[in-house]
Amino acid sequence: MNCSKCPTSTRAVIGLPRHNAAFCKACFTTFVHEQVARAIKAFKMFAPEDRILVAVSGGKDSLALWHILLALGYRADALYVNLGIGAYSEESHRKVRHYADTVAASHGAKLLVHVVEQEAGAGIRELATILHRPTCSTCGTIKRYQFNRAAVEQEYDVMATGHNLDDEAARLLGNVLHWQNDYLDKQSPTLPASVEGFAKKVKPLCRLSEREIAAYAVVNRIDYIVEECPMAKGSKMILYKEVLNRLETESPGTKQRFYWGFLDKQTTVAPATESMAEKDQRTLAPCTTCGQPTTAGTCSYCKMMAKAKTAAHPRA
Amino acid sequence: MLVQLSHPHRQVEIKGPKRTKELLRELNLVMEAHLVIRGDELVTEDEMLADADQIEIRPVISGGSG
Ligand code: SF4
Ligand SMILES: [Zn+2]
Ligand SMILES: [Zn+2]
Repeated sequence: MNCSKCPTSTRAVIGLPRHNAAFCKACFTTFVHEQVARAIKAFKMFAPEDRILVAVSGGKDSLALWHILLALGYRADALYVNLGIGAYSEESHRKVRHYADTVAASHGAKLLVHVVEQEAGAGIRELATILHRPTCSTCGTIKRYQFNRAAVEQEYDVMATGHNLDDEAARLLGNVLHWQNDYLDKQSPTLPASVEGFAKKVKPLCRLSEREIAAYAVVNRIDYIVEECPMAKGSKMILYKEVLNRLETESPGTKQRFYWGFLDKQTTVAPATESMAEKDQRTLAPCTTCGQPTTAGTCSYCKMMAKAKTAAHPRA
Repeated sequence: MLVQLSHPHRQVEIKGPKRTKELLRELNLVMEAHLVIRGDELVTEDEMLADADQIEIRPVISGGSG
């Protein structure tokens, strides 16, 4: 297979059936950068002078996102949350630090780190046991909270996550299967800072498939953690992704039509009910303990931390 | 050829020469969910892989709910 862009016959490193194309290393890197630039523009994610905080995990998506934003000349720092999941957390932390030192630093970008164990006194799995909650939902609450806090306190204009086309298509499938209308609202690649204390959130990789991003990481020699978080095993998301990939193999472009089609409808069909921002403004108020916006008096993060502390010192 | 797989981490010996596409089919793996790497270079599905090649098949699907 030869590159479909190069005039001379250069060997392709990846075929992209959904685009009817194949690219060599250089043309593929350009293709990825263009896709991200298009998403940033189409969904009004951020401007050249904005300060961006990238949520990094050590996996392919978030490190590739950081890499792409720096390559495009944006001012992007990153935050890593160490969850305290044994060898997995140690290894992913090492990969992030390595990338920050060897690549990001030369762009003047810095890495912020939050260690769950330091603030909560226990890793995420122990916390989940104490709280009688599934590990992933405990994890979700902590990560969302810490990323938002860092973005707001350190005055970043926007927070960027590495969610890709497969993530969004799989999430959409799950939401549609269960008709989770409320969640459908939150599937836009740009979520505005609806109230004081909430950072604006964007997903610049929403036009790229998981495979394309992994390929970008390999081609650009980004050293990421291939192993999965051990808690992800058997998750519904993986099942949805497998189903979508089987459909994709039979008819290339399925995932893209599914998710982009949804986004198109979302923008052309005027929302019948109040917008997400209006709803947020009506229902959210500052947490009595930490001040972050919440629908309850005390936010779920502060409740979690209070419970974790009582469990650690039952008599105090 | 020596083929390295992940989840769980293991190695299998497969007879070459063989196209990438056929190698994946033989291992019952979907192209859309994997990358095939020879040495440290990515290869396309129609690439012919030789018996002496060092191959890594890397899964690209990740799945936490966060
Ligand atoms: S799989 Fe679950 S525990 Fe692991 S990082 Fe994802 S959300 Fe957190
Ligand atoms: Zn080319
Ligand atoms: Zn709070």
